[in-house]
Amino acid sequence: MTAATELRAEQDRGRKAAQNREKWASVRTYVSAAVILFWCLAPAYWMVVTAFRDVGYTYDTSLLPTHITLDNFRTAFDTSFGNRFGQALLNSVFIGVTVTVISLVLGVFAAYALARLNFRFKYFVLGFILGASMFPGVALITPLFQLFTNIGWIGTYQALIIPNISFVLPLTVYTMTSFFREMPWELEEAARVDGCTQGQAFRRVIMPLAAPAIFTTAILAFISSWNEFLIASQLSNDATQPVTVAIANFAGAQPQQIPYTAIMAAGTIVTIPLVILVLVFQRKIVAGLTAGAVK
Amino acid sequence: MATELGPTPVKEPASGGTPIHHGPKGVGEDNAIASQGKWASWLLAPTIVALAIVIVYPIISAIVMSFQKDAGLDPVTGLFTEGGPAGFSNYTNWLFQQCAAPGGGTVACPPGTLGSQFWSATGTTFYFTIVTVTLETILGFWMAIIMARTFRGRSLVRAAVLVPWAIPTAVTAQLWLFIFAFEGIGNKLFNTTILWTGSEIPARWAVIIADTWKTTPFMALLILAGLQMIPAEVYEAAKVDGASAWQRFRMITLPLVKPALMVAILFRTLDALRMFDLPYILTEGSNNTTTLSILVVNQIRQGFNSAAALSTITFIIIFMVAFIFVRFLGANVVEQQTGAGKGKK
Amino acid sequence: MKTPKFLLPIATAGVLALTLSACGGGGGGGTTAGGDAEQGLDSRGPITYVQGKDNSNVVRPLIEKWNAAHPDEKVTFKEQTDQADQQHDDLVQNFQAKNANYDVVSVDVVWTAEFAAKGWLQPLKDKMALDTSAMLKPTVESASYKGTLYAAPQNSDGGILYYRKDLVPTAPKTWDEMMSMCSIAKENNIGCFAGQYAKYEGLTVNTSEAINSAGGSVLNAEGKPSLNTPEAKAGLETLTKAYADGSIPKEAITFQEEQGRQAFQNGKLLFHRNWPYVYNLAKTEGSSKVKDVLGMTALVGADGPGASTLGGHSAGMSVYSKNKATALDFLKFLTSEETQKFYATQGSLAPVLGALYDDKELVAKLPYLPVLKTSIENAVPRPVTPFYPAVTKAIQENAYAAIKGEKTVEAALSDMQASIESASAGQ
Repeated sequence: MTAATELRAEQDRGRKAAQNREKWASVRTYVSAAVILFWCLAPAYWMVVTAFRDVGYTYDTSLLPTHITLDNFRTAFDTSFGNRFGQALLNSVFIGVTVTVISLVLGVFAAYALARLNFRFKYFVLGFILGASMFPGVALITPLFQLFTNIGWIGTYQALIIPNISFVLPLTVYTMTSFFREMPWELEEAARVDGCTQGQAFRRVIMPLAAPAIFTTAILAFISSWNEFLIASQLSNDATQPVTVAIANFAGAQPQQIPYTAIMAAGTIVTIPLVILVLVFQRKIVAGLTAGAVK
Repeated sequence: MATELGPTPVKEPASGGTPIHHGPKGVGEDNAIASQGKWASWLLAPTIVALAIVIVYPIISAIVMSFQKDAGLDPVTGLFTEGGPAGFSNYTNWLFQQCAAPGGGTVACPPGTLGSQFWSATGTTFYFTIVTVTLETILGFWMAIIMARTFRGRSLVRAAVLVPWAIPTAVTAQLWLFIFAFEGIGNKLFNTTILWTGSEIPARWAVIIADTWKTTPFMALLILAGLQMIPAEVYEAAKVDGASAWQRFRMITLPLVKPALMVAILFRTLDALRMFDLPYILTEGSNNTTTLSILVVNQIRQGFNSAAALSTITFIIIFMVAFIFVRFLGANVVEQQTGAGKGKK
Repeated sequence: MKTPKFLLPIATAGVLALTLSACGGGGGGGTTAGGDAEQGLDSRGPITYVQGKDNSNVVRPLIEKWNAAHPDEKVTFKEQTDQADQQHDDLVQNFQAKNANYDVVSVDVVWTAEFAAKGWLQPLKDKMALDTSAMLKPTVESASYKGTLYAAPQNSDGGILYYRKDLVPTAPKTWDEMMSMCSIAKENNIGCFAGQYAKYEGLTVNTSEAINSAGGSVLNAEGKPSLNTPEAKAGLETLTKAYADGSIPKEAITFQEEQGRQAFQNGKLLFHRNWPYVYNLAKTEGSSKVKDVLGMTALVGADGPGASTLGGHSAGMSVYSKNKATALDFLKFLTSEETQKFYATQGSLAPVLGALYDDKELVAKLPYLPVLKTSIENAVPRPVTPFYPAVTKAIQENAYAAIKGEKTVEAALSDMQASIESASAGQ
């Protein structure tokens, strides 16, 4: 046997093994995907089933939907008893979008400085930003309440937006910084050699590359503001309350009765559109930015 | 074969950013730093101001209050009166679990007071943090790897992963309480009769399961973003080269994802150390599930100044954990930059 | 030397923070008595009424009615969440900030003493006096602190013993009698008795009921703990023994109101201690298996009816209110017979006026009223103390351990005693 045939045989074996491996890998992928789907969706399934169940059968444990009704969704949106769930949904979207946009812009600024610029006290700044995520949030409410009362902010949108921005900023800055550090900045240099200004180079070359990172950070920021309850429960009023507070306001028809079915309906209402929205945005934004990069 | 080629592609992107700082434009290092410093201050100012108003001000004001005694009752009028300066007594009372004695002075806190729960709450908090963050990292990594693959139904998986996290915590906690009820679906499904919230181990695991379910998507998304930043060619090269899946994971994925992973772990750790809603709604802190944040909330209802001291202690504990993380575990997001730029000169 | 410019924002932030903390601080409670309680006594004008979630839509119609009659003294309704803890914290925040917009607030009976001692509630005496002669005595006691009325009792609540009429021949009168019927439960393979024993506020309710029903009390008349007594021991022992021998099923240590109701409605309990709300639901819910066999009676004690823990709410007037004359009229409106009747018929809220419990029309609508009257007449307010948050934690923590058998009854009681003493020792 010549060295050449030996090599070919070796390669053949290698290829077959690789094909086999690939087949197995794809089976494993699907099995894993199924397990992930089950783990993530099983509890949520129970939420949805309960949401569609007649309140008189709240504690039914049949796995399939029984005593199906839309009453819980009607109850959730019913405004006659002072529920403002619809309004609260809009509030949450408004607050969430504002918080996301502002904290992303600030986060990109700060991350650019931290990842790309050399300056003294960098560690101090990093520590300061991280330090903001270290105090128990529950203990911030009392001083914040006093501060906002003094300046007449209770029941305003900014009283909810500004704290939320501060809560997500450390995470935003750190994620963006860590991603920016990994960017191939030579490309920016190259673009500048080609006549772009630094700003143009950043927008046209770096931003598209950072798209997955920015998009992920945006989701993180939006959902964390979407989920915020503690601050909102004390600093909002009927007009500005977000959904988390509105859901806590759900009450059973009787004192002491916990309106599980209505809570689950509300959970379903706020979750499903959010997931769809994220998916649509993911396609649009990522596609758009990548297209920009190719040009 | 594989090992020879494995590490090579890793080098490129990792070191990609560094040369710039020694780039041609640098006239003098000092001047460059000064002008970059000016830029940096403008870019960082909005962030720092935002944090100063909403976080730093309340922290400082809480720290100021932590050196005041809580209001005491005037036995004659039955009204509360200002406590006056406390020195460090609010702090020492927590650390040494000392409570006010009926005749004046202090005694060891009797069981049933919040003061008696400080060290057990600290232990519980760390237990939750270590277990949940470990589970979430492993599960999150696994989910991210699956989501990064191309297969039919990938969007479905990506959507599903978002679900637990998009449900507001207020609903999540009620949902799990509902599932973990004695006659709830959890016991029914597995044909068990576990008192989930009735004794220590099940109660702790109820919290851990609920928290892991809820926050693994956070990890998964951050790691996924990290994975997406790895150029596909790097994998192709390694694959063509015959590197095994494990080799590719260890030599390519892990090092390249490390920065994103470290940030994710760091922030999850900070959040887990302040865990509040889930255990509070699921167990109200019974059966050794009282975390430091729950203790803070309970204490706020009994007296804010002492709660402020406890918050400050919690802050210091979390600060130390973060310090260890950044210093020794490489969670430093700028280390290589600064290291290359000035430290290692 | 070039000063690094980026330090500027940090320095500014620091200065800002320090300045703010200088003017914002001091929120930790404490009060300067006097002043606020004297102002605005004769003023009239628009006020705000603050209450937790209005479950059955009774407050809005009432306020509409009031506003129609008082166009210049309109009441605005500020609705809080459905959760008691959050209602409490929201009130505290607003009182601390001396918010004049919280004129009349609904206070849970257990918060009255705390808010009164903090100086946040207007004493209802002299010029601001309110006639309470027609009200059930325990409701008035629970709205008073150190002999002064601080809030207008608004609605009441008491425990009821529900039982299975099909299995229990005659309702038990005493605890021992009830325990002797546990053999019936065993024959039918169901649990005998359960209240609420998860570690939360409901456990304080059930523990105090056990102690009070045995003739003991958590706090004595001076507000000092009195748990080192044979009565207290006998009381707590009823629960620990019943749990140990299985008369109270194991799962009851995870029960709050709703889980207990679920178990009872599913036919898994012979006796069940719960609030009046269970009556309507157990009678009407499609899933209820006890619709036609639902019996009820007063709680049972050592030698007769037990001492229920009192629930319910009172309406207090903030000392920071600017229009106290209007606020007082509104309190009178809330406690008027007409309003009380409306509360009962529309919202199933137990009235505070004794006479209404014998009202034929009401009893026809709310058949549990006679039982509830016995319950409330024998009721003991939960410990009235400004240190209630600490007292309730001390009770929960130790009673929970005792019921689970992790601690002896003696140890649990003496730890409760010591914890409460320490909490009220102050500085």
